[in-house]
Amino acid sequence: MSADGLPWGFAYLDEGTKRMIRRALLKALAVPGLQVPFASREMPMPYGWGTGGVQVTASVLTPDDVLKVIDQGADDTTNAVSIRRFFARTAGVATTTRTAEATVIQTRHRIPETPLREGQILVFQVPIPEPLRFLEPRETETRRMHALAEYGLMHVKLYEDIARHGHIATTYAYPVLVEGRYVMDPSPIPKFDNPKLCSEAILLFGAGREARIHALPPHTRVESLAFEDHPFEPARAAGICALCGAADSYLDEVLTDDRGGRIFVCSDTDFCETRRAGGAS
Amino acid sequence: MTPLLEVRNLTRRYGARTGCEGVGFDLWPGEVLGIVGESGSGKTTLLNCLAGLLPPDGGEAWFDTREAGPRDVFRMPEGERRRLARTDWAFVRQNPRDGLRLNVSAGANVGERLMAVGARHYGAIRAEAARWLERVEIDPARIDDRPSTFSGGMQQRLQIARNLVTRPRLVLMDEPTGGLDVSVQARLLDLLRGLVRDLGLAVVIVTHDLAVVRLLAHRVMVMKDGRVVEEGLTDRVLDDPRHPYTQLLVSSVLAA
Amino acid sequence: MYVAVKGGEAAIDAAHAWLAEERRGDPAVPAPTVAQLREGMALAVDRVMAEGSLYDPDLAALAILQARGDLVEAIFLLRAFRTTLPRLAASRPVDTGAMRADRRVSAIFKDVPGGQVLGPTFDYTHRLLDFALAAGVDPPPAPGAPADPAPLPRVAEALGAEGLLQPEPPGDATPPDLTREPLELPAPRALRLQVLARGDEGFLLGLAYSTQRGYGRTHAFVGELRTGAVSVEVEIPELGLAIELGEVVLTECETVNQFAGSRTEPPQFTRGYGLSFGRAERRALAMALVDRALRARELGEDLSGAPAGDEEFVLGHCDNVQATGFLEHIKLPHYVDFQAELELVRRLRREAEAARAAGESAGREAAE
Repeated sequence: MSADGLPWGFAYLDEGTKRMIRRALLKALAVPGLQVPFASREMPMPYGWGTGGVQVTASVLTPDDVLKVIDQGADDTTNAVSIRRFFARTAGVATTTRTAEATVIQTRHRIPETPLREGQILVFQVPIPEPLRFLEPRETETRRMHALAEYGLMHVKLYEDIARHGHIATTYAYPVLVEGRYVMDPSPIPKFDNPKLCSEAILLFGAGREARIHALPPHTRVESLAFEDHPFEPARAAGICALCGAADSYLDEVLTDDRGGRIFVCSDTDFCETRRAGGAS
Repeated sequence: MTPLLEVRNLTRRYGARTGCEGVGFDLWPGEVLGIVGESGSGKTTLLNCLAGLLPPDGGEAWFDTREAGPRDVFRMPEGERRRLARTDWAFVRQNPRDGLRLNVSAGANVGERLMAVGARHYGAIRAEAARWLERVEIDPARIDDRPSTFSGGMQQRLQIARNLVTRPRLVLMDEPTGGLDVSVQARLLDLLRGLVRDLGLAVVIVTHDLAVVRLLAHRVMVMKDGRVVEEGLTDRVLDDPRHPYTQLLVSSVLAA
Repeated sequence: MYVAVKGGEAAIDAAHAWLAEERRGDPAVPAPTVAQLREGMALAVDRVMAEGSLYDPDLAALAILQARGDLVEAIFLLRAFRTTLPRLAASRPVDTGAMRADRRVSAIFKDVPGGQVLGPTFDYTHRLLDFALAAGVDPPPAPGAPADPAPLPRVAEALGAEGLLQPEPPGDATPPDLTREPLELPAPRALRLQVLARGDEGFLLGLAYSTQRGYGRTHAFVGELRTGAVSVEVEIPELGLAIELGEVVLTECETVNQFAGSRTEPPQFTRGYGLSFGRAERRALAMALVDRALRARELGEDLSGAPAGDEEFVLGHCDNVQATGFLEHIKLPHYVDFQAELELVRRLRREAEAARAAGESAGREAAE
């Protein structure tokens, strides 16, 4: 019986399904960057809206956990609200918007600015886990390329970017090499967040529709792909937050009128609010 | 001295039909072997088996690897075979569109094999690609153009550059001059002859064109119905053919 | 001062309330009941059960009501509910040969043992709007059908006896279960059939149609198409016997296709197979054609360039719950990634502009 008294388990999934997902998570943690297939279930939210992340969160959540859910860095975007409510209802866990207070954070498209610490779990929603997919559409072929570590094609793409634009034109879902072995898609986080992939926390990636899980244990070596003479550069809008004055956070651009007026604000709402509460502006 | 490639008893059938049957030959470093015959004689089947595109039904192909000496490529783990295919081997296809990535630039096409074996300096990769374009007589100013904007002859030369950039020791070629105008063919043959000589390449070249063989090949193997009917030094086979089929082929009675 | 947009919670609650009101429609009109939908929209219910992979006409009718008649949404509701159900047992394979068929036709013989049985089909109706229905007129009773039709022998057996039809040997191997294990490619036929059985009817129809128009032609004949009830039995190990749980209505289609022979097989006919919950001839036929097209590799046929023969393409894209979710997720905010793209395009434009300006000034200097 779930927390809301309806006939499903704690956090919606039955214990058998959670065990199956935990086995996949353990395998993914044991081989960082490897895409582990799992028997993804239909969830009560659509594929592409975070079903992978939700299944992973449901499988790691305990009644004592404190859950935070963000989308685009913000706690109050509609999809974040919807998923947070889902777990408040089906698992009865405490929820928070504070990064520092959360034990489990589910995210779409961002890594919080506040550094994560040991004991925290960050769960990513992943649309397409295969970093080679748009270079090679066939699963059987990409699987072989991973098995043989044949990643030349990935660099062909980066070469092409530089030849065409003068620099690497991938701005999000920027591919990384994990522990020198597997090329991995970090999900569509802006490349500004890539350096945060080397973390003290456990990072779990769930792709529901594609039925794949991958993971980064704490302190995993994660390198963003690049050339020696065109090194990786995290990028953000040149500006400071109009609310808290932060000059080093990832910024959203907000249109303030229909005459081209615009300001920048922190994408991480908790980070911004915490700074303002501390007197920054 | 060890042959670079030693093929023994290579057989491939298609249902009841024979692709090639009991084919064997030795190829020595720096040697060019021509394989001629009508369409359906099994020469392309043979080449595709060697290139790993078709699994053979039987036989062996021992390649003298740099690290471990002669190894049977048909019994190598796939990873090793694919590594060989992008380092020490090259495969030039008849239709350059099959051997190129048409949606990326000429420079990336040439640079791909370098990146596949670990090159990570953009400037160095680009410089090497430019050198190779020049070597195959393509204006290096076109390094950022896509091959789809190239003529057929240029595409074929680009395919050759893309294959030779890792300095392979063995090159398989399937009708490399097929589908090109006569004047373009002559220029390509001239280029190939120069590259083979300067780089000391060993080549297996499949063609129906005896002029190509005469110009490039040291030795010739004549195939009919999947079997080798005659082989020998090029001049000997073409000037003094012994097998009746070769005699017909040389007198151009057979439309190849 | 700018205040960041808030109020996601309130907006969601309001949207849900509005949706409920719209669903109800005009309160002056009586709301349709689940029973009415189950009876009057039986084929929609069948489709939702088939693609929702759950045989329960009442739940399917409820899903259609809740989804306001959007069948893909209804299928999604049923699938999500299915996730919560414990699996108590697996039934014995149903015996469609013992089906109590109220419809059975074969296109490859004029007459077949047991006869051609038209049953309640649209096939020979004239597609004219029937205004008597709008007036609520009940139809006259149909001429009596046999109360308990006898099992009909399979048409394929006649061909099989002559050795003209590739046999499908029975096997005891437990088939993989798509709903319990991830889809691994390449997939064995049993797994492919499971994917197709819950695949989107429109997608399967388009693929099957494309094979008829030359994109992977397989020369299909309808060997047999049958619809009717089969009993579902479960083995009770403690009792050492099987008990009947109930019946489900199924539609089964077997196509007979030309096959020229391969390295290991003589020329003979081969089969495509389609099976669906409920009355679902279009999906059973389409499934059989696509199944046959997907056997190209195993039969050594070249269907390159034909989408229907491309296993990864077909299996990867035929589930409408997956497809609609992923398609519609682009409605979600993507502004973080878009911001990164915005910065890049601005930078590229700045650089292009600078390069053009530098080129112009160099050109002027050269001219001077």
